[in-house]
Amino acid sequence: MKWECVIGLEIHAQLATNSKIFSAASTAYGAPPNTQACAVDLGLPGVLPVLNAEVVRMAAKFGLAIGATVARRSVFARKNYFYPDLPKGYQISQYELPIVEHGRLEIELDDGSSKTIGITRAHLEEDAGKSLHEEFQDKTGIDLNRAGTPLLEIVSEPDLRSAKEAVAYMKKIHSLVRYLAICDGNMQEGSFRCDANVSIRPVGQAEFGTRAELKNINSFRYVERAINIEIERQTDVLEGGGTVVQETRLYDPDKNETRSMRSKEEANDYRYFPDPDLLPLEIDDAFIESVRASLPELPDAKKQRFMHAFGLSAYDAGVLTASREMSDYFESVVGAVGGEAKLCANWIMGDLSAALNRDGKEITESPVDAAMLAGMLKRILDNTISGKIAKDVFEAMWAGEGDADTVVERKGLKQITDTGAIETIIDQVIAANPAQVEQYRAGKDKLIGFFVGQVMKLSKGKANPAQVNELLLKKLSY
Amino acid sequence: MHNKTIAELAAGLRAGEFSSEELTQAYLDRIERLDASLNSFITVTADAALQAARAADARLARGDAAPLTGIPIAHKDIFCTKGVRTSCGSRMLDNFIAPYNATVAEKLAAAGAVMLGKTNMDEFAMGSSNETSFYGPVCNPWNTGTVPGGSSGGSAAAVAAHLTPAATGTDTGGSIRQPAALCGITGLKPTYGRVSRYGMIAFASSLDQGGPMARSAEDAALMLAAMAGFDPKDSTSVDQPVPDYSRALNDSVEGLKIGLPKEFFDQGLDSGVARVIEAAVDEFKKLGAEVCEVSLPNSGLSVPTYYVVAPAECSSNLSRFDGVRFGYRCENPVDLEDLYKRSRGEGFGAEVKRRIMIGTYALSAGYYDAYYLKAQQIRRLISDDFRQAFERVDVIVGPTTPTPAFKLGEKFNDPVTMYLSDIFTIACNLAGLPGMSVPAGFVNGLPVGLQIIGNYFAEDRLLNVAHRYQQVTDWHQRQPSGYE
Repeated sequence: MKWECVIGLEIHAQLATNSKIFSAASTAYGAPPNTQACAVDLGLPGVLPVLNAEVVRMAAKFGLAIGATVARRSVFARKNYFYPDLPKGYQISQYELPIVEHGRLEIELDDGSSKTIGITRAHLEEDAGKSLHEEFQDKTGIDLNRAGTPLLEIVSEPDLRSAKEAVAYMKKIHSLVRYLAICDGNMQEGSFRCDANVSIRPVGQAEFGTRAELKNINSFRYVERAINIEIERQTDVLEGGGTVVQETRLYDPDKNETRSMRSKEEANDYRYFPDPDLLPLEIDDAFIESVRASLPELPDAKKQRFMHAFGLSAYDAGVLTASREMSDYFESVVGAVGGEAKLCANWIMGDLSAALNRDGKEITESPVDAAMLAGMLKRILDNTISGKIAKDVFEAMWAGEGDADTVVERKGLKQITDTGAIETIIDQVIAANPAQVEQYRAGKDKLIGFFVGQVMKLSKGKANPAQVNELLLKKLSY
Repeated sequence: MHNKTIAELAAGLRAGEFSSEELTQAYLDRIERLDASLNSFITVTADAALQAARAADARLARGDAAPLTGIPIAHKDIFCTKGVRTSCGSRMLDNFIAPYNATVAEKLAAAGAVMLGKTNMDEFAMGSSNETSFYGPVCNPWNTGTVPGGSSGGSAAAVAAHLTPAATGTDTGGSIRQPAALCGITGLKPTYGRVSRYGMIAFASSLDQGGPMARSAEDAALMLAAMAGFDPKDSTSVDQPVPDYSRALNDSVEGLKIGLPKEFFDQGLDSGVARVIEAAVDEFKKLGAEVCEVSLPNSGLSVPTYYVVAPAECSSNLSRFDGVRFGYRCENPVDLEDLYKRSRGEGFGAEVKRRIMIGTYALSAGYYDAYYLKAQQIRRLISDDFRQAFERVDVIVGPTTPTPAFKLGEKFNDPVTMYLSDIFTIACNLAGLPGMSVPAGFVNGLPVGLQIIGNYFAEDRLLNVAHRYQQVTDWHQRQPSGYE
């Protein structure tokens, strides 16, 4: 039987606020345990939550960016369950009336086509703390620094049909929340993570199969592997005559397997009800409009603009707009160079990206900033250096040896464009290789490459290649 | 000194007739001497009180005293007070030293009040007789064999016995008004949102409201002025200016339209109590008020509605008492589940557990619509009844409770009968309206309370009506024998 998988993602994006969703405590990552938990975060008797206005603005931004309805009235509800790192015994979330509903996002597939993925809802909620089992023998430590950190939970429709689509969707959301500056997207620190609902069904069947929920996956690679391994597992179960049970499963990246955490029967009854400590959240049109006015250019629009304004291919424009930082960098370079978008794009997608990958750096941490790269590209354009020498200049700049002009000056990398100087070198090459000269003159044209190579070598790569070619042809034809 | 009103005490302090230290010591002496018979205090903070009194005297001497500077008060032990045990009447919080002040405690301290200590109460404010306290029942000073009412029974008894000039209370279904009635004092539950709930340990968040308990409307006005106001730490507090409650006290009540809800005089009302209320209504007529009958057709639904909403909210509010971070923790838990079960099983009393179970059930999957949602709908109907009534009348008047104080132990094992003692007070909480109880007479030597209900934020009107009544009656000045 041929199977088709059906996937929906629930992405948790930590909103990049300074303070928590219902208290004034800091959200900074990595502080010593329990130093960023105030009375409200600790759930002390008598404390009350007060909503951070910034999270509302951020959620509305996201809603507008995905063409969703931003609810004029949404309600915070309590999700009740006991766990030691959940201080109040309930999590404040949104249940029946979320702030964002009915959005959509277009993703690009490998074959170049695109697909629209529905986004059911996005709601605001608080994060829980962390339980630390390793550090304390026979005991569990509780760190409540993370308790009350604002999260936006983004729930997709079950529109995804492969692990690759799921990853493309997740990456697109990742890019979008960073464009909107509402989430830092840091997956190692858990600022961006997802649960995947996975089921399979025979191709052609309309009803969905029973799903398993894969919890808390925090990398694109793991999402792809977890979904694929889960599809395999479910296929084995069904083809072996078994049934898939609805349950929550955990992906173990070390063993590359999913394991059952709890079945539907063991699932909590969360007893959701509207939180009486918080009034319904009401926002007006003026607020929505002020948020709309603050929206940056979004990735899809920017990609179109890059294609039209800069004459870039869809692929190049897609790569350069994948993150806001990358596109900002590109535009700064093009601006400083004064055009030559293709040259700029090639350098950013080529040498710069390779160096960033090699050293594990973000583009914002690049030792070669946009101004430096532009400075170097100008020297290629005005023939001060060749494209080949530029690679050395770039590496020197990367190593912190100063800007392009400094490197060229100090290392004497300036291109030789003086005809007399080039002719002198050519004369030396011709004199040193009489046999090859004879063969060339006898009609072996291909040897021109050999002569160019020799000249470049003797000039330590500094001779202007175009001039070398031109002068060689002239001299060899005597 | 202990028979003076707050206004008289404030004048005496300013005139230098006595110091706050002397006054505070006098009350501490009374507590020491008389409270053994009442058990109205859980914690007496004598040293801190005297220290605060000396600071108040310094302020008085400098001439920059606030309205309540140097006036002793007591807080219901539901308000967090920094550095002082805040038990909520429960074993669960017997070891809990609050690390911060409730807004109400902060505001009263800023107004100059001197805290004598923390008063006894039903456990987590769940009770109508003060018999569910971990610290034992409180006795009614009018007859120590009877209950003082609850849940603010300690505050009511302490004020009635003149162990403090005034105290704070909280009212979720009648917990200020019912004990005020049973102890013969004046108590006011403000409009929901008028007084901050920050630092007031939550029972049922959508119903809880703090308010003053005092010996007269005049004193209650001074207390409320200090307690009320918007608090940015409480999202449900209302950003509306606080009027000068004292200024309107003497306004005329001529032409005041008083509504008597017929449903309050129908069922189960003690005939003696009915006569007291009728006499009080006659007093208002003499003062020029117009009296008519109004109907609150859904008021019969208020007790069952309340006993869905309040337990549902409490079942969630009390989840934080899990033995993990603060409060009672069982000995040697073998695992997490054992820690939860025994800490909560041993830390909470029977009534609290009963309500947690009722509330958990009401919120459960499959029952939510039938109970919680339905209760919220009825709540709306109850509010509508009041809205319609207030289109015709200025205030609604009736009995605070169906009977005077009952005997200790009498209803303790019969929760439904106990719950019905709040039958006239609960509707106010469900609608969020302000309500007041003032002493209006006696039945068999026990005080009877007259309830006055006003429209939203009409606390000034309630205090005015109560004050005018107290100008022509002396029920509020009667003192229980043995506590003169």
